[in-house]
Amino acid sequence: MSRPMHNAEQWLRSALSIFKKDWHSEMRTRYAISALLMFVVTTISIMVFALGSESAPADVLSGMLWVVIFFAAMSGLARTFVAEEERGTSMTLQLLATPSAIYFGKLLFNLVLVTGVNALTVLLYTIFLAGFVVKTYSIFIWTIALGSIGLAASSTIIAAIIAKANTKGTLYPVLSFPILLPLLLTCINATRLATEGAFLSESFGEFQFLISYVVVVITASAILFEYIWKD
Amino acid sequence: MNLHFEAAGIKKVFNRRTVFENVSFSLNSGEILLITGRNGSGKSTLVKIVSDVLSPTEGKVIVREGERTLTDSRSSLLGLVSPYLQLYDEFSAEENLWYTIALRGKIPDIVHIRSLLKRVFLLNRKDDPVRTYSSGMKQRLKYAFALAHSPHILVLDEPTSNLDTEGTAMVKEIMNEHRDSGILIVATNDLSDVDRFDIQVDLNVAAHA
Amino acid sequence: MFKAVLFVWMTTIIVLALGLPMVAQPQAWYQFPIIPALGEKARIMFFHVPTAWLSSLAFVISMIYGIQYLRKKRMDDDNKSASAAGLGFLFCFLATATGAIWAKFSWGTYWNWDPRQTSIFVLLLIYGAYFALRSAVEVEEKRATLSAVYSIIAAVTMPFFMFIMPRILASLHPEPILNVQGKVEMNRTMLVVFLSSLAGFTGLFYWMWKLQVRTRTLELNRKY
Repeated sequence: MSRPMHNAEQWLRSALSIFKKDWHSEMRTRYAISALLMFVVTTISIMVFALGSESAPADVLSGMLWVVIFFAAMSGLARTFVAEEERGTSMTLQLLATPSAIYFGKLLFNLVLVTGVNALTVLLYTIFLAGFVVKTYSIFIWTIALGSIGLAASSTIIAAIIAKANTKGTLYPVLSFPILLPLLLTCINATRLATEGAFLSESFGEFQFLISYVVVVITASAILFEYIWKD
Repeated sequence: MNLHFEAAGIKKVFNRRTVFENVSFSLNSGEILLITGRNGSGKSTLVKIVSDVLSPTEGKVIVREGERTLTDSRSSLLGLVSPYLQLYDEFSAEENLWYTIALRGKIPDIVHIRSLLKRVFLLNRKDDPVRTYSSGMKQRLKYAFALAHSPHILVLDEPTSNLDTEGTAMVKEIMNEHRDSGILIVATNDLSDVDRFDIQVDLNVAAHA
Repeated sequence: MFKAVLFVWMTTIIVLALGLPMVAQPQAWYQFPIIPALGEKARIMFFHVPTAWLSSLAFVISMIYGIQYLRKKRMDDDNKSASAAGLGFLFCFLATATGAIWAKFSWGTYWNWDPRQTSIFVLLLIYGAYFALRSAVEVEEKRATLSAVYSIIAAVTMPFFMFIMPRILASLHPEPILNVQGKVEMNRTMLVVFLSSLAGFTGLFYWMWKLQVRTRTLELNRKY
């Protein structure tokens, strides 16, 4: 079943080439990046307009931050797999690289994408939504970092599923939401702790949870990806 | 390298429709397999199974070197040209070949890439995006793609589709060079594509309507 | 035969569960104790708990046959997996509905995002997503593979959910069987009826599942 590559170095080079190819292609077409950026900008604008001069409490804004992050991810992270299916290049890829190299290459691509977009979201959020004040930066930064990794991990495997299901975008949030809900709830909770000025040690439980979520999802995905990928 | 390529009892079912069953053959280096069959008889499906991009419903394909069964990825030994194969539109021919080699985990060599492009007569267009290519040029580029890692097994599905006389001659030359040393598998209904063949699989016989 | 036994068994349980009197200090064998804060409303547990149990059991069965499909690639396994999921969806819906009705009378609202309610809601969403995915894929083999993978991914993330919920929200859900004090608030009669109901519902599920698998097999064979 599995195709071991004798050479770990060869595997690593292959996975990094997947990432490099996707990045190169993204830089040329800007398909996912523009979708993600426009989503973040429009959603935050709508929130700002809707709130007007009112200021929402910090715990509501902590929740809304993750709503924006979740839907932004849903608007762009499927691209890496859907593009291969749409253009018919998935067979080409299958001939060139092992499933695990493809999975980890694409995971890395989505991770870079989601981290970049989340950094921008947080920046815009703090600038335009005055009610959102982070008191414990260490908790906040760790939450965004671990949350981004978890989001990338889950959405990459679901993207692989929906790309093969030929349903494009509509099913993506439907399939992702139940998988991502434990992660989102934890991140919302940790963000709330950060706005309340809790000590870093108070959020260790959340961090442990996020780390184990990431480990479990990536392990399961790495095992299952081959079944999805090969027709 | 002397390889033995064997397919045993291959069956493929799509949505409960049996495309073909009991397809078996065995080939040694220096032999040519011809796959024929009317449209829809599953030529391309068999080609995909042979190339390890599709799993058969039953049966298996084994590659042996002497007594040793090669359990590694078949794709490192195999080059495929097929109408279903697509290259990256937004990249140039040179970039496509660069990634072809890099994705295999090898370090691309620009001299090697240029020689491949010269071989398929695309050197003067190497920097143009594949999007701007004609279908015949894309077909030629697929040959460069298939030959990039000097595979021992060459699988050609409709080898001369979309090609002009120059392109057809190029394909003939590639096949001639390959057939004595390696394994050549050709799926076509145009018998003028092949000068000779050693074994024939006729899918009209194996097909189930 | 199995059908007849099941019918008699379930009828007896319904009669006993609804009919036996509830008293403060049960003396005779046929009396149920009154569980504090639950009262007569406790009778719903004879039906609510089995449906909740079956919606999780069906999910696990569906996943196991999904794994089996990925290993052996036999359509029969996919059929079993999808049939279990279908029934799981039904029981999950029943558990949600019976729970909501009980909540209306005990907590005053049908829905208040109690951790248990949220968990079953997520399970409902997973089932919904599973069937949305299945209906979106036309090629049978692909449908089987993708839905099997999805159910496994959902199953590995579900425990995280069970773990995180209590951290965020406190639950008001009664725990008359297994509670923190480790005290069983049911008397022997109640426990026997409860466990018999659990067994009866599981038998009912098994029968419905077999029936569903057979119907699907016949339907598929006719179609192709």
